[in-house]
Amino acid sequence: MDLMNVILLDAVANAGGAVGAGLGAIGAGIGIGQIGKGALEAIARQPEALNDIRANMILTAALVEGAALFAIIVGFLAMVL
Amino acid sequence: MGPGTVKSLLVAVFSLFSCIIFAQGQPGENPDEAKKTFDANEVIFGHIKDAHEFHFFSYKDKNGEEHHATIPLPVILYSPKKGWSFFMSSKFHHGEENYEGYSLMTDKKIEEIKKENEKEGKKYHAGQIVAVNEHGEMDKSVKVYDLSLTRNVVQMLIALTLLVWIMLAIAKKYKKGDGVLSAPKGGQGLLEPVIIFIKDEVAKPNLGPKYQKYLPYILTVFFFILINNIVGLIPGTANVTGNIAFTFVLAVISFIVILASSNKHYWKHIFWPPVPHWIKPILIPVEILGVFTKPFALMIRLFANMVAGHILIICLVSLIFIIGALNAYAGWGTSIFAIGFTIFIYFIEILVAFLQAYIFANLTAVFIGQAFEGGHDDVDHHEDAVIV
Repeated sequence: MDLMNVILLDAVANAGGAVGAGLGAIGAGIGIGQIGKGALEAIARQPEALNDIRANMILTAALVEGAALFAIIVGFLAMVL
Repeated sequence: MGPGTVKSLLVAVFSLFSCIIFAQGQPGENPDEAKKTFDANEVIFGHIKDAHEFHFFSYKDKNGEEHHATIPLPVILYSPKKGWSFFMSSKFHHGEENYEGYSLMTDKKIEEIKKENEKEGKKYHAGQIVAVNEHGEMDKSVKVYDLSLTRNVVQMLIALTLLVWIMLAIAKKYKKGDGVLSAPKGGQGLLEPVIIFIKDEVAKPNLGPKYQKYLPYILTVFFFILINNIVGLIPGTANVTGNIAFTFVLAVISFIVILASSNKHYWKHIFWPPVPHWIKPILIPVEILGVFTKPFALMIRLFANMVAGHILIICLVSLIFIIGALNAYAGWGTSIFAIGFTIFIYFIEILVAFLQAYIFANLTAVFIGQAFEGGHDDVDHHEDAVIV
């Protein structure tokens, strides 16, 4: 099995893209999990700030998800290009 | 999460990578068999991409002929050699016939080109219109500019008309005097809290006293993205906000508004930031890049969120057909779970539609506010509450 032929196959590009997207999802999971943890702790400390905390939590979660979606787009490009 | 778990995770990832090189498939084994089974790739990309018609479903009748339930759309082409052409996309008969010297590329035709020349085949995509000569062969010398009313354009125009109609109708009610000194009624009750929310939570905190100048743009961006997201969720419609050209234009318009509202202080901070001298060579390129990456992130965030949502929904429904192709009873069983999960994802997608419109509007307001805010150099600063 020629190593160069193996590396240049489309299958490896697809696999690399999929693994990259999966790693991006790990990043999103860790990030949004920490946002949720911080938000729940803040609500527990001061329940009357619930609405402010909830709004900020959702905003920050969308920003973190934006970064994770970069990884998914790059994984997708690895498949297509 | 100590260092031990991170190490185990890295070992797992790299050992998986080394397994992939041995797990390659053999291409081109059963080309005929592949046609009979469900082609998920074609279905998914057919729904995500733009097309010259609204395609609802296809079926095979008793004779084995394929029928497509579609709404054809106008095709508008310009080529320097042949001039303008206007016709309906139904004349192409889904790529089977050529019309007026133009031909619609289909997956089948691209496969045939790829068999002869792989690189040539990659230049074309399904749905592209190319020029052909009298014998039906592709004429590569003729350049074709495709300015058709594709389904993304038509759906965007429909959503636009809907938005303008709703807004003007409710504005007329306010002009008549309903809801100004009394409680808002009907449609006013739907829109007024949303507009006040944008004014109080997005515009005023970020733009300060100058918020009224930018409020029309922020509201327009929010409602335009929102209505295109919502209309795109209806089954059978096109994927407008998941089109990178659409989000690119929105990001460029935001970029222009941000640049137009920037002041000298902003550019001074980018090109000569007040940091120690040894940091300046690192920070100045980062700041210059930052001017472009912020609207770029706006574009990618909206595009990726919408496309990912649509692909997820289509994949879940395609799962039924993929498993059904293996075994009909398993297909029926999968359909219960898949449809239940799809409905759940649909609710999340409605939330994402609102959220992404809000995030786009909010970040635009934040960037505009950053562009014209003054310095924080005053030391003895009595922070009076800003009553706007």
